[in-house]
Amino acid sequence: MNNNAINEVIEKYPSAKREYLIPMLQDVQEIQGFVSKDSVVMIGDHLKLPGAKIYGVATFYNQFRFNKPGQFHIQICRGTACHVKGSVNVLESIERALNIKVGQTSRDGLFSLEVVACLGACGLAPVISVNGEFYANVDNKKLFKILKNLRKEGGTK
Amino acid sequence: MKIIVINNEVEAKEGEFLLAALRRQGIKIPTLCNIDGLDPSGSCRMCVVEMEGRPDLVPSCAFPVYEGLKILTHSERVVTARKAIVELLLSNHPDDCLYCVRNGNCELQGLAQEHCVSERIFSGSKNSYKLDYSSPAIVRDPAKCVLCGKCVRVCEEIQNVACIDFAGRGSKAYIGTAFDEGLNVSSCVKCGQCILVCPTGALTERSHIDEVMAVLHEKKKHIVVQHAPSVSVTVGEEFGLKAGKDVNGIMTAALRKMGFDRVFETSFSADLTIMEEASELADRIQNGGKLPMFTSCSPGWVKYLEEFYPEMIDNLSSCKSPQQMLGAVIKSYYAEREDIDPKDIYSVSVMPCTAKKFEIDRDGMGRGDTSDVDAVLTTREFAKMIRMMGIDFNSLEPDGADTPFGIRSTAGKLFGASGGVMEAALRTAHYFLTGKELEIFEIKEIRGMKGIKEAKVMIGELEVGVAVVNGVGNAQKLLDEIQAGRDDIHFVEIMTCPGGCVAGGGQPIGADPEKIKARMRAIYKIDKEETLRTSHNNPDIKRLYDDYLGKPLGHKSHELLHTHYVERKDIMK
Repeated sequence: MNNNAINEVIEKYPSAKREYLIPMLQDVQEIQGFVSKDSVVMIGDHLKLPGAKIYGVATFYNQFRFNKPGQFHIQICRGTACHVKGSVNVLESIERALNIKVGQTSRDGLFSLEVVACLGACGLAPVISVNGEFYANVDNKKLFKILKNLRKEGGTK
Repeated sequence: MKIIVINNEVEAKEGEFLLAALRRQGIKIPTLCNIDGLDPSGSCRMCVVEMEGRPDLVPSCAFPVYEGLKILTHSERVVTARKAIVELLLSNHPDDCLYCVRNGNCELQGLAQEHCVSERIFSGSKNSYKLDYSSPAIVRDPAKCVLCGKCVRVCEEIQNVACIDFAGRGSKAYIGTAFDEGLNVSSCVKCGQCILVCPTGALTERSHIDEVMAVLHEKKKHIVVQHAPSVSVTVGEEFGLKAGKDVNGIMTAALRKMGFDRVFETSFSADLTIMEEASELADRIQNGGKLPMFTSCSPGWVKYLEEFYPEMIDNLSSCKSPQQMLGAVIKSYYAEREDIDPKDIYSVSVMPCTAKKFEIDRDGMGRGDTSDVDAVLTTREFAKMIRMMGIDFNSLEPDGADTPFGIRSTAGKLFGASGGVMEAALRTAHYFLTGKELEIFEIKEIRGMKGIKEAKVMIGELEVGVAVVNGVGNAQKLLDEIQAGRDDIHFVEIMTCPGGCVAGGGQPIGADPEKIKARMRAIYKIDKEETLRTSHNNPDIKRLYDDYLGKPLGHKSHELLHTHYVERKDIMK
């Protein structure tokens, strides 16, 4: 893990007040893509906060992830329009196909899964995004094709 | 100041919370989240009352009284609201009371009964949780948790450990460790104070009852048991006796009836600890060793130091705790004397403590694959076994401990109360350093429930500064002072649990501060009334050294009675 990056974040907050906890976690996630154990230990040392408390704060908010994101980070929209169009089935299918739950990363490091409230593309519902690229009107057939292509692409790297 | 409770004028004190005023009047207000001595969290809402001029119900635990306040404590609206809270809590609770360790002693069960909850009102899917069975001392079952938060607060605000906290949000909230790791790899010091405040069976000790029962029934091994100094003044509470009633002889009789071949008192090996520890202190003072020296008999504290102050490990006495010392001499001296292979001895201890379950598996607590102690029963487990085996505790005739460890001094008994180890050690250290007995044994400054207690004691020409830390949560202040250069203290006793072992995490549940004080008084009463009050004058101790150990800090002692510690830097704090 890149602890220098975490140190840089810590140096940005020299006054070590506990109200900086969330901005610090956000900065760490921005750099690392997730909140690592190392970062929690280091931030805890800096702010004099126990690890359990930091984890408690971080799990309260949807925005923080605790696993290294996969090569392909899949965001699935669970907004109202997507819900009406059956995004819950899409979510279940992805979880089953990749054998991971929301917030986890597949063992081969290829895929990670996140639920978001709305991607702002309701016209394309149900919609998923892979590394920022949108896929519209996703159904099972489409989904399997997407995953298959991604696997192929990931395998070649 | 006057407040009006159900049309009666009632006296209340300026600045106090309503709940305190009501309780003083003998009005029973249910609570789940309230902890005496800490700020109210107001989270469980069980203590709500109806207040004139306010449309909502107010939590009495967090409402400061004022003149003329008019309230109803058990109006229809209040009782309905409380009942609804219980029903809602039960909606996500496993209905397995019959199989629960807290059956009959559960606050949630009690509240359901008091509020006549007779059917499941809210049904639907329940959250699923992982049982945490990773710790050798404490089992956490979040399924039974009602999120009152008392364990979190005790762990953080009283013990200053903070290994658990609320995680998640809303209906998915739970109490867990950092990154949901097992308790065994967290900073938990196994003190068990969380168990004492848990209203349900979400937190319990890791039970050794089944193992011990199996060995007792098989009768294949030579089964010995030791019981800790504080257990004799607390276990009576499990059988309806008043707090602080000393049942030492009855306990011994009960243990014999249960099938233990030999019954020893850990107070004896507390005397042994004092011999070694006082010698170590004298040695450090005379030969310029690391000072101040810290006591090492409380395994929660030892782990705390290893985690949070690893740079001070050299200050820790190398003495094992009394439990481990007795375990070691049972499987060496005693085994040789009785001509029994140590492997054929099964050694059990009855302890006020959950951390002792962790201590027996520490590195260095045995020789080869023979461990000093094989199983640890808490006071609660011990009481349970007495009931299981159909022993009528209150009708037993008192009995004495077995040779060769049958005599203990009251100094060893003092280990049960905060400050006791210090008093006991000073009696012997004074003798070792000057050749004379202390004139006054009692050191009043280091008794009682204060967080940090200090005294200066003259040992010959030398003024020895001593400090007693009552509860590991108070340690930080003193340790920081020492690290900053404070040098007027030579010896520090630190007990993990506030009050010492009498309030340990393995003691009967439901003790209030008054009960803990009564338990403490009982220990000091024993010390006052008996004549053998110093460890070094205990004839059985003398014989042990003459026959086997040689002298304190000698070769045999080092092999059997001393240990080492590890830095625990890699633990998430």
